[in-house]
Amino acid sequence: MSITATVLTLVFIGLTILLSLWQRLGLERDLLIGTIRAAVQLTLVGYVLLVVFELRDWPYIVLMVMVMILVAAQNAARRGNQIPQVFWKVLAAITATEVMAMLVMLGLEIIPPTPQYVIPISGMVVGNAMIVAGLLLNRLQAEIEAGRQQIMVALSLGATARQAVLPVLRKTVRAGTIPIIDNLKTVGLVQLPGMMTGLIIAGVSPEVAVRWQLLIMFSLTAVSAVCAIVLAFLTYPALFTPAHQLREPGRSRDPAKS
Amino acid sequence: MMMFSLDDLWKSRFDGKECFNALEGLSASVHGGDIVTIVGPSGSGKSTLLLLLNRLEDPDRGRITYLGRDLRKWNVLDLRRQVGMVFQQSVMLSGTVRENVLYGPRLVGRECDEDPEALLRQVGLDSSLANRDARDLSGGQQQRVALARVLANDPAVLLLDEPTSALDQNAARGIEELLLGMQREKGLTCLWVTHDLAQALRLDGETWVLDCGRLVEAGPTVEVLNQPQHPAAREYLRSRLERGEAR
Repeated sequence: MSITATVLTLVFIGLTILLSLWQRLGLERDLLIGTIRAAVQLTLVGYVLLVVFELRDWPYIVLMVMVMILVAAQNAARRGNQIPQVFWKVLAAITATEVMAMLVMLGLEIIPPTPQYVIPISGMVVGNAMIVAGLLLNRLQAEIEAGRQQIMVALSLGATARQAVLPVLRKTVRAGTIPIIDNLKTVGLVQLPGMMTGLIIAGVSPEVAVRWQLLIMFSLTAVSAVCAIVLAFLTYPALFTPAHQLREPGRSRDPAKS
Repeated sequence: MMMFSLDDLWKSRFDGKECFNALEGLSASVHGGDIVTIVGPSGSGKSTLLLLLNRLEDPDRGRITYLGRDLRKWNVLDLRRQVGMVFQQSVMLSGTVRENVLYGPRLVGRECDEDPEALLRQVGLDSSLANRDARDLSGGQQQRVALARVLANDPAVLLLDEPTSALDQNAARGIEELLLGMQREKGLTCLWVTHDLAQALRLDGETWVLDCGRLVEAGPTVEVLNQPQHPAAREYLRSRLERGEAR
């Protein structure tokens, strides 16, 4: 794809801005910022990848993956700002997820240990974990409020916080993983997924492109489940006191400490 | 035997806009086998008090002892099994009636000791209901399951937060008689929150009148209801009588 062709893709943004002006959607400012950010960020990442691919050194690969995880954790943690130390919990969940995914892929030699493979696939893993983490944080507090009476009854019968909250956690984790499982069922029928499309456009045979796509989809299924479960179990204790008491809504810290 | 001793209890709550005191320096005591009826206007702290007694919440200030020992020194999970709570809305946990009744014993691996069918019969339910989904039962049946579920833990104290107020009159009288019978048979200590003064009279124990988080009147039910001394207690009882409740 030539530079001219790339520049011409701005036609789509121009079209959206015209639509926004015409229908008074007020999207122009956000569209401009988003377009500039996307272009600058992706161009920079392109150059960084070029350097890392040249160097082929593990410390650079690890550093790059760590930056991805940090940004993803910060982004997802915003959804749970009422939970104390939510950033660290999300960071731990996303890191655990990425480590699990890479252990399987590199350990079983599904992908070669080179930056060309590790970095883009890590990006997909971390990005997916970020979305799952945000979704889970969003839902967990709402589900706990909805299930408050059940939790109180279970606690009053002598259940620990964990025993009392388990049905709610299961429901929340299920909600976090259902989208990707639904996706597994319809993929190819409704849309050709991004990685496969990219490979086919770059000249790879559809047969090989499908194999890569399967790897991504299967691994992202596990990524969603692992990230959701780890984060749910790291997060729920903040909603209870050490004496197995469910905190009042909006009081996920001790009033004395906040 | 002194069951509970409550000493200068304070508890603040947040209603979404502002903080207010649900309890303001409440002190009282409960003896073993007592049946204490707790009455008072909405928001006077009745339900909050019950939540403190099995430590679903802690007071901000003050001290509660159970059997002479500070509540905070008890293993909270043991305490909650000994001090059972029946809520106003009978919330069924997911699963069958049997699973609901066995919920408490299963938490401590005591499944074999309990006969859920016997417990169901005890609360006046047909044991054939054991395998039904608990959420399919009527309100009255669910409240009986809730009671069997608490009794399965073999408690010494029952905290009852308006256990009959969501039921029709027949179901309510049935539960009330059942509880009274069991209280007498097992010597259970009961703290029973109610709005129904006729019910308080039938229970015929001690009555506490709460107003704005304070205990304004306490004594034998007949005396408290017939000759209230405190202006707030008189006002509350008068307002209930105007709503057509028998004295």
